[in-house]
Amino acid sequence: MANNTESNAKNYTAKDFTSDQDVRWCPGCGDYSILAQVQRTLPELIEKEKEKVVWVSGIGCSSRFPYYMDTYGFHGIHGRATAIATGVKVANPDLDVWVATGDGDLLSIGGNHFIHTCRRNVDIKILLFNNRIYGLTKGQYSPTSEKGKVTKTTPFGSVDWPFNPISLAIGSEATFIARTIDRTPKHLQQMIKRLGGHKGVAFLEIYQNCNIFNDGAFFSLTEKETKDDTVLILEHDKPMVFGKDGNMGIKLDGPKPMIVDLSSGAYSKDDLLVHDEFSEEPVLAMILAHITDDPKFPTPIGVFRQVKRESYDNGVEEQIKTVIEKRGEGDLEKTLFGANTWEVN
Amino acid sequence: MGDVKEKQVTTLSDVTVRFAGDSGDGMQLTGTQFSDTTAWVGNDLSTLPDYPAEIRAPAGTLYGVSGFQLHFSSNDVNTPGDVPDVLVAMNPAALKKNLSELKPNGTIIVNTDSFDPKNLKLARYTANPLDDDTLNGYHVYQVPITSLTKNALEKSPLSPKEVSRCKNFFALGLMYWLYNRPLDKTEEWVQDKFKKKSDLVDANLKALKAGYNFGEITEVFTTRYKVEPAKLPKGIYRNISGNEALSLGFLTASVKSGIPLFLGSYPITPASEILQYISSYKDFGVKTVQAEDEIAGISSAIGAAFAGNLAITTTSGPGMALKTEAIGLAVMTELPLVIVDVQRGGPSTGLPTKTEQADLLQAVYGRNGEAPAAVIAARTPRDCFYMAIEASKLALKYMTPVILLTDGYIANGSEPWRIPAVDDIEDFPVTFQTEKEGFQPYSRDENYVRPWAIPGTIGLEHRIGGLEKANITGNVSYDPENHDEMVRIRTDKIKKIVNDIPNLKVEGDQEGELLVLGWGGTFGTLRDAVARARKNGIKVSQAHLQYINPLPKNTGDVLKRFKTILIPEINLGQLSKLIRNEFLIEVEQFNLVRGLPFKTKDILAKITEVSGGSNGK
Repeated sequence: MANNTESNAKNYTAKDFTSDQDVRWCPGCGDYSILAQVQRTLPELIEKEKEKVVWVSGIGCSSRFPYYMDTYGFHGIHGRATAIATGVKVANPDLDVWVATGDGDLLSIGGNHFIHTCRRNVDIKILLFNNRIYGLTKGQYSPTSEKGKVTKTTPFGSVDWPFNPISLAIGSEATFIARTIDRTPKHLQQMIKRLGGHKGVAFLEIYQNCNIFNDGAFFSLTEKETKDDTVLILEHDKPMVFGKDGNMGIKLDGPKPMIVDLSSGAYSKDDLLVHDEFSEEPVLAMILAHITDDPKFPTPIGVFRQVKRESYDNGVEEQIKTVIEKRGEGDLEKTLFGANTWEVN
Repeated sequence: MGDVKEKQVTTLSDVTVRFAGDSGDGMQLTGTQFSDTTAWVGNDLSTLPDYPAEIRAPAGTLYGVSGFQLHFSSNDVNTPGDVPDVLVAMNPAALKKNLSELKPNGTIIVNTDSFDPKNLKLARYTANPLDDDTLNGYHVYQVPITSLTKNALEKSPLSPKEVSRCKNFFALGLMYWLYNRPLDKTEEWVQDKFKKKSDLVDANLKALKAGYNFGEITEVFTTRYKVEPAKLPKGIYRNISGNEALSLGFLTASVKSGIPLFLGSYPITPASEILQYISSYKDFGVKTVQAEDEIAGISSAIGAAFAGNLAITTTSGPGMALKTEAIGLAVMTELPLVIVDVQRGGPSTGLPTKTEQADLLQAVYGRNGEAPAAVIAARTPRDCFYMAIEASKLALKYMTPVILLTDGYIANGSEPWRIPAVDDIEDFPVTFQTEKEGFQPYSRDENYVRPWAIPGTIGLEHRIGGLEKANITGNVSYDPENHDEMVRIRTDKIKKIVNDIPNLKVEGDQEGELLVLGWGGTFGTLRDAVARARKNGIKVSQAHLQYINPLPKNTGDVLKRFKTILIPEINLGQLSKLIRNEFLIEVEQFNLVRGLPFKTKDILAKITEVSGGSNGK
């Protein structure tokens, strides 16, 4: 029994999470950064028992992710990653279950499983690689592609209105909702840590550049010249300030968000919206989710919302315990012979 | 009604009763109660619930009629009976819909209160059949069941509507009197069922007794009947439906394999009851996920199988279609998984509450790619228990999806079951891979079975998935030679199962003129028909397949020993296709796809026809 009785390895490094498989994404793909940040961050989250980590995915470029992680992995079928992950987690709640998925996989074919995983609050971590395009099938529009987008299947522009993944997650009652960008490695790492620390369903939207079919989709958020004006970094208990010199802010006018110029003298930081990640009310998170789609506003990244609610897998375990306490451990003999029997002599 | 005249008692060996009424009249409950009591007094029996897909179809209509047929006897019972001897008709629609099925000279008990102009019109009667010659030739008992129930419950605090609902217990009580059955079992049931509503307990028990006393006291009935207990093998018995037997089978498989049971499922008629039963076994640590859809049901089960549970998913035809892609995933990842298909009338939504055998080819072939899975089929309600264990055993041993076919008829029908001693069912403990040395996710044993290494096991981290795997290492592989090899390995692995399954048994002569070959829920009817044909002097034998992929080793030999093979199926010839394809022989088909089980007489007629009417004479 080699190795089985050895004490678990500790103090993992990124290498411990790197499999021997060649990574086969296109050179320059944003997925590389996500993989690297995950491998760098997991050693901080997983101090021991690496064997309890399971990566599950569906179909698409991002869904090749499990093959590159030296953990247990399951490359599923299109759209079903969260359903498979639910089974893994419920069967063995001791496992640390992560899902790697894309905008087509999670929000198109897998949309139903996604919303139900959110409402059940299954304790799994979902990383959505959102590049707003179908990459593996070579360039058709996705459910997050912007209206009017010209792609191979929309030569005259898409007439579809896209999903806003954050508002969808809020509407589905996910208990942890965050956003980050592939090209902001430090922020990405921070978000992965927060995700890993949450008990319940944790959803992280990662803007990911597909340099082949949708190159530059998020450039304005990542290029030096523009990013300060286009990105709003959410921090708990901090006023919402952005802009090169920190001179812009978000303020509420009734229920409506508005941008104010702090340098005009009319407003001070005290007038600004203060972020509250832990608000029980989803209103603030929803306002922030929605300004993403408004070109006048900066795009928020960070934790939109984190609330506590019993996870589904925990509920299943607790219910079993309660029933056993009440009825005692199941007895097969009694169950088979229990009801309405008679004897033939 | 001064003196009570002594009633005559006639002993019968065999009775078929059909209860029929509105779908809100409680006919299924009445039938189930009568069955449970009948089983308890020791008759052998078989039941056929037959109800519309609508939960409460408009009252009084023909399409709203719900029926429950029960065949009980002092002899061996294999079918719910071709034609009822007795029809209990709670309204004109129930009479109209069922009269043609009743035996000539049969007995009819009608609730005369419901034969009012409105109900007669709804049943499309232009004249009251109780007043004209419609029922000539039948023994008709006209009983004002509704008003007698009302009279009996005069003092009940229940509303008039609630009182009227008790009329099925009056009818049940009357039938108990007529067939000499005790009230105890039903009384216990009522007390338990309504224990928090004492008014309902009182009312239902009063109605039950009123019905019984009506038979005893009035002169309407002069004869009552007795059916002696059947000579069943010694043991402890319970009356069981296929769905409950199946649920208990999986529970037993979990105990005997030593791993937890996981059911991922989505409610669908006629399979929903399995999810209901299994979700009540929480004291065994059983986990049930009522998923958002059929696909999530099977996908969660696949996840649970990966994590080391005895994973199952349950459905009917339309759900089977939705699960198709995921079954392929289980084939590719070589994980143990049982998929139960309780077949119903198709295609599409089809006939949700009716039975059929038309998912056989879907089970055997219905996937993209070369995607072999084991396919087995239960043949009676109680057989569902054993086949659930068998399906689990094969799935775990061969690391493969196993499709277990049952059907609406055996799922809802019930029969007495001699409960096996728990110790008589063998253990089949599962061994997970724990050894790190030399571990390869897709290495193979002598049966081409790969190791089951579950997450949480130190040092065995590996990845599986739907992409083609390199044999042994399990790494993604697009190599043409490897793909060809893997396609063959997956197929050969299923073929290896043949060594684990029993040979096909032939009942009757082991060779000769005619073999009736069936599969699944038609077993009882075919058995009866063959027995009757033999009594008529026809040389005919019977064999019934429980294992369809792979077929038992001796199937070809058995078929060769008979001049004619007759394959009756409730489809257009799906097993026939498989048999012709596998053995290159011609077979005779008998196919009726009416959403109903076969009738013995239809099979008997076909046997007689095939054997030229002179076979063996």
